[in-house]
Amino acid sequence: MVRKMSENKNAALRAINKPSPFGPDLDISQYSRQPKNWEPCPISSLPKEILEKAIEVGVLPEQENRAATFFQIDHSVIFKAVQEIFENKVEIMSVKEALKKYVWLKDYWWKIISVDMDKYTALAELYWDQGYFIRILEDQKVTIPLQACLFISTDNLNQNVHNIVIAEPGSEAQIITGCTLHSTVQRGLHVGITEFYVKEDAKLTFTMIHNWAQNFDSRPRSGAIIEDNGLFVSNYMCFKPLKSLQMYPVAYCRGVNARARFNTIIYGVGRSYIDVGSKIVLQNEGCRGEVISRTIATDEAKIYARGLLQGEHSDTKAHLECRGLLLSDEAMIYAVPEIVAKAKGAELSHEAAVGKISEEQIQYLMARGFSKSEAEALIVRGFMDVSIFGLPKNLEKEIQRMVDMATGGAL
Amino acid sequence: MREAILEVQNLSVEVSGKRILNDVNLQIFEGEVHVLFGPNGSGKSSLIMAILGFPAYRIVSGRILFRGKDITYLPTNERVKMGISVAFQNPPAIRGVKLGGILKHLTQSEKKINDLLTKVNLPVSFLERDVNFGFSGGEIKKSEILQALAQNGRLLILDEPDSGVDVENLRVLGNVINEALKDRSALIITHLGIILQYINADIAHVLMNGTIACSGHPTKILGQILNEGYAWCEKCLKIRTQRCEL
Repeated sequence: MVRKMSENKNAALRAINKPSPFGPDLDISQYSRQPKNWEPCPISSLPKEILEKAIEVGVLPEQENRAATFFQIDHSVIFKAVQEIFENKVEIMSVKEALKKYVWLKDYWWKIISVDMDKYTALAELYWDQGYFIRILEDQKVTIPLQACLFISTDNLNQNVHNIVIAEPGSEAQIITGCTLHSTVQRGLHVGITEFYVKEDAKLTFTMIHNWAQNFDSRPRSGAIIEDNGLFVSNYMCFKPLKSLQMYPVAYCRGVNARARFNTIIYGVGRSYIDVGSKIVLQNEGCRGEVISRTIATDEAKIYARGLLQGEHSDTKAHLECRGLLLSDEAMIYAVPEIVAKAKGAELSHEAAVGKISEEQIQYLMARGFSKSEAEALIVRGFMDVSIFGLPKNLEKEIQRMVDMATGGAL
Repeated sequence: MREAILEVQNLSVEVSGKRILNDVNLQIFEGEVHVLFGPNGSGKSSLIMAILGFPAYRIVSGRILFRGKDITYLPTNERVKMGISVAFQNPPAIRGVKLGGILKHLTQSEKKINDLLTKVNLPVSFLERDVNFGFSGGEIKKSEILQALAQNGRLLILDEPDSGVDVENLRVLGNVINEALKDRSALIITHLGIILQYINADIAHVLMNGTIACSGHPTKILGQILNEGYAWCEKCLKIRTQRCEL
């Protein structure tokens, strides 16, 4: 293990100046590595403002509606707990603690994402600030979501987390992760590495909500491996302005009948630069994939909405649907759907459409008594309707509530 | 003295610079039901869009009065709030906007919504459907009439409520409309006049090339159209000074 870890270090050192092929190249030396120190405490005793910010990204202070909770502020893990009735069903802890506890975990470390992918993965290896380890034990069906919050309380801080999520064979769970910051934080860089392992017959729904600030940069890097009959659903949402966000998560459907689905809703405001894609690689018989994205760009926001489906095996099928709504002449949406078929019998399709709000729809709603601005807001909200994602009903309601809350002020 | 609910006075309208309505005059009194005939492209739906104030329908001259008030330049939502209810012929589908959400905006009464659903024979599950999305032709007509009735205006404007509806649903809708007309005025566009089997209309007009060619008794006018086609109305147009009054 020691040798392996040092190999990672060396690879990271070699990649520390390697830019990402996508998104603006950041000078990573401009961010601070001096966090505030936070002592472990119950979530409910956190300052009110932190709690309110956490609730906005789906992280609740009351634990009864969550199977397990992980809360990190800056570089400190301040809380982690499993609700009593879910003990021996799920595990949640800091990833450093988990690496100490389980020797085998090294086999899950930098195994989906390359440590030398770019300067941000390298940064996360060389300056690693915790992250969570979540494991759903074999055959356990967890009925209510688990939650994790990655919070930044220090202005201009660089936070690098590395998370590992393992859904053991036959398990089922939903995880909500909220990333957000204190209102005094204007700048900073969040790098989040997440490696998902969805084993045979397991089902994992992962929902991530980002709420950053106008001058904040974010570079998540995540990947999933899905085994036989496994299902991985990733929902991503970002509604608040930020300086730049770039990510291109990938799901490898490795097992027979493995399925992956990415749902993305992005509301680009201010001068946000957002480059978000989803990639699904179908590597075995019967694999299925779906990428759905809804992007809205207003003000001077620039959004690149990418998608890539790669069929490497016959009898595979995947579809990509990318819709954009442009609300301002200064904004831009660049949709890049891509399809790569490497095996006969791989059925891959995509559709992409970008447009403005239809006048006909506005007039129809005005004829029903809505004012013009009410009609526009209804249509925009309708565009972000999460029911198309086919989520479990309880989660769907919760996510729709977050969408409404996040966009309520903006519309 | 009877009061006019809707008056269209010398109305001329353009869309993208093209004249589509020419000097249209129409006066609907309280309690009256008017039907509007006319061949495809004669401007029937355009007249409705202009009455509603859709921005693409630019008023070149003339004016529109609703209960004596000039509404020619009011936004659509303010016009309908004064008491105009409308059922469109080809409404747009809007993803994520639920029929139930629109109805709730039109009426606070859940009971009323449920009663109307029963009347037009639409299942409650439609409240959760995205409006007009994946609706069949008949379901669109029902949903439109349902919304128009929930709007509860004094003037009901129906654009071809009888086209593309099967016999059974036609009877349902015909009866619903007939009942609604007991205490409302209406302007109903109909292509083949089928709706006249269910309702009593007071006056019919024929719109030809963007202008009203003739007005008169609905069944008489319909009879003429069915016998001689709209060519008969073409003749009326040629002698504009002696407008055909059947």
